[in-house]
Amino acid sequence: MKEHDLSPALQARVLDAYAQGRALNIQAGNSKAWYGNPSQGEVLSVANHHGILNYEPSELVITARAGTPLIELETALAAENQCLAFEPPHFAATATLGGTIACNFSGSARPYLGAARDFILGCKLINGKGEILQFGGQVMKNVAGYDVSRLMAGALGTLGLLLEISVRVLPKPETTLTLIKTLSAKDMLQQANAYARLPLPLSACAYVDGQAYIRLAGSEGSVKQAAKIMGGEPLPEHENFWFKLREQQLAFFQTEQNLWRLSLPADTAVLTLEGEQIYDWGGAQRWLVSNLDAASLRELVTKAGGHATLFRRSAKPTQTTASSFQALSSELMRYHRQLKQAFDPRGIFNPNRLYIGL
Amino acid sequence: MLSSNFQPDRELLIAALQAIHPKPLILTKPEELKPYECDGLSAYRKLPLVVVLPDTLEQVQSILRICHAQKVPVVARGAGTGLSGGALPHEQGVLLSLAKFTQILEINPERRTATVQPGVRNLAITQAVDHLGLYYAPDPSSQIACTIGGNVAENSGGVHCLKYGLTVHNILQIKLVTIEGELLTIGSHSLDAPGYDLLALITGSEGMLGVIVEVTVKLLPKPERVQVLLAAFDDVIKAGATVGAIISAGIIPAGLEMMDGPAIQAAEDFAQAGYPTNAAAILLCELDGTNAEVSEQLMRVHDILLQSAATEVRTAKDAQERATFWKGRKSAFPAVGRISPDYYCMDGTIPRKHLPQVLQSINEFSEEFGLAVANVFHAGDGNLHPLILFDANQPGELERAEAFGGKILELCVQVGGTITGEHGVGMEKINQMCAQFNNLELTQFHAVKAAFDPEGLLNPGKAVPTLQRCAEFGAMHVHQGQLPHAELERF
Repeated sequence: MKEHDLSPALQARVLDAYAQGRALNIQAGNSKAWYGNPSQGEVLSVANHHGILNYEPSELVITARAGTPLIELETALAAENQCLAFEPPHFAATATLGGTIACNFSGSARPYLGAARDFILGCKLINGKGEILQFGGQVMKNVAGYDVSRLMAGALGTLGLLLEISVRVLPKPETTLTLIKTLSAKDMLQQANAYARLPLPLSACAYVDGQAYIRLAGSEGSVKQAAKIMGGEPLPEHENFWFKLREQQLAFFQTEQNLWRLSLPADTAVLTLEGEQIYDWGGAQRWLVSNLDAASLRELVTKAGGHATLFRRSAKPTQTTASSFQALSSELMRYHRQLKQAFDPRGIFNPNRLYIGL
Repeated sequence: MLSSNFQPDRELLIAALQAIHPKPLILTKPEELKPYECDGLSAYRKLPLVVVLPDTLEQVQSILRICHAQKVPVVARGAGTGLSGGALPHEQGVLLSLAKFTQILEINPERRTATVQPGVRNLAITQAVDHLGLYYAPDPSSQIACTIGGNVAENSGGVHCLKYGLTVHNILQIKLVTIEGELLTIGSHSLDAPGYDLLALITGSEGMLGVIVEVTVKLLPKPERVQVLLAAFDDVIKAGATVGAIISAGIIPAGLEMMDGPAIQAAEDFAQAGYPTNAAAILLCELDGTNAEVSEQLMRVHDILLQSAATEVRTAKDAQERATFWKGRKSAFPAVGRISPDYYCMDGTIPRKHLPQVLQSINEFSEEFGLAVANVFHAGDGNLHPLILFDANQPGELERAEAFGGKILELCVQVGGTITGEHGVGMEKINQMCAQFNNLELTQFHAVKAAFDPEGLLNPGKAVPTLQRCAEFGAMHVHQGQLPHAELERF
């Protein structure tokens, strides 16, 4: 794909929308349009604003325009034996870096290596007044000014339109190996937490259909040594399993019901809930396919110290009108509104997508 | 709008603080205020109107409500070890010390978390969980004394952040009291929380957005094995290139430190670490992980060091020798303090590839200003700590040291880096913020501040300069290679 800098055109569109108080619906690869609450506004596409701007493997950082496809980024990194260690899901071939950061999506390595937000070093954005601003940078240690770059992660574009993002990259592990064990969910949770307290090269831990999947990553000797301690059977072609889990292509995800994402403290016991569950992140992220009503589910998950996201809405016409994201306390919501006001005073970016009124 | 003129009624303020029930410890006499006049950056000193040392969360809330009602500035302070003047008192304000909040509230081995009050010392967390085989990773060099509240406020790093990240990567939840006295819980005990990532926003916000009253940190398993290599070079540039070679080989060391000749000499005289004092530079490379992993990496790093023309490579034989290797590095600051009446510590970060150019320029500045410099460098993550040597008793030397430091920081910005890697902007680097950010960006920062503290009562005058101040500072700002008013050139 040819490199394109669409900043001036994008800025002109934002200035125009700001002047007229018109809502914009930011899109790039359109691979995650289903995520979040329905939003109004005319489509503003960042898809053609793409291209890798700077990549120097020895600096462990890559900078790219927001519309750069993840695939392009990952191919460039793989050529240098490096990777995005947070293993972002794509959900479609068109997925972009900007969309990934706006959603803060991270794959199975998240508890052990960090989330998308942990790898952000800096960004360039257009705020709701049409101003092009740059925060952070390309170096890992940087405490000048507020950490606006990380604030963009998971904000679903409601605070600004991302133009460029610098992310930290890591060397690919020398070896990876997945062990499978037939266990109860309770035993899997217990083992996942016990292993995480030991100096083992863990890089993922999931639980699907009565089987625990434990992935090790590191030097060959280290992975071999850990496998000996942990037991279980090596899973052949294991990358296929992690790919299907990450991309939600396992049979579990093929459903017409609501798909919920439960984010829970690592030691949360098995939650008996109506519907089917699988676990990732060593039990700290659980997927639930269920028709359970949002209010009762959220009450239960809150009691456990977590929160529930309506990740994909049922395709049925009787779909829930529940908000995608769990409600905030009134105090926190007030500061969310004030921050929104600070970045997007006329509320033009993706209104309601994160919370109604934001 | 942010106002810098505060005119509180001292008697009224003290009366309101004394009416808090139960009454917190309140200091008002000049001799009582004196110990709080500065933090770790002693070049800046001011006496606050009053110092308050609350014991309870409710007292903190009451103090902030009073200050909010009476429009009194508030500066929060932990251990006062900060190096950028972030806890410098405000002459018209309250100095709010969190020193009495020293309780470890909960250690949860299953979750691998510790929930602590803000006045708990960084190292005390690791010590409290040592028996569980766990530790708290960020280790600023002041970790014996500095407190976790201050670490969050500054987003502190340390020698191990190349591999284990900064404070922002190692905390899950904080409790924050706003200037209005509200208690906010930010983050959660899960790996994420709904809404904006306020945890990231608050971390490193230098006491500008709220007062941290509780922190839940992540704990990591102690590595099975730690090994340290020491390599000597006859040329600083070769040492710098070696850092890139190690990382390009796919190895992320736990720590990768560099010292130049003057720093080596000072550290050796002070700590007798056995450093090769004839070397132009040394690298200290710490590897950690499983036994097998460390063995493999040790051999590879050893080979890289020899290929990179290291004149000498030593591997610590045991924990004691490892500690000796580190002792020199960790005592570099006091060591330099011994050879010079005063020193001024810089904290810029640069992309590593620019190291040769930046070191060259620092040497040139050194001649230009007539002040010696010793370089200590978190080489792995590009964080420079040039120590500028001067004598504050010699007229004009402090000013020259500050001007020298300012030039180094502006150079860091020019090569794509930043004016502060881990010490914060505070009072010290407020002018250099004008070089790193343009007016639109600074205005955005002020808007963020106003979202939490519209009257600008929390830590006024720090971290983010006013546009007026930048105009007065008046330097020709070169921002990421662009000239001022970059907004005019965008089309």
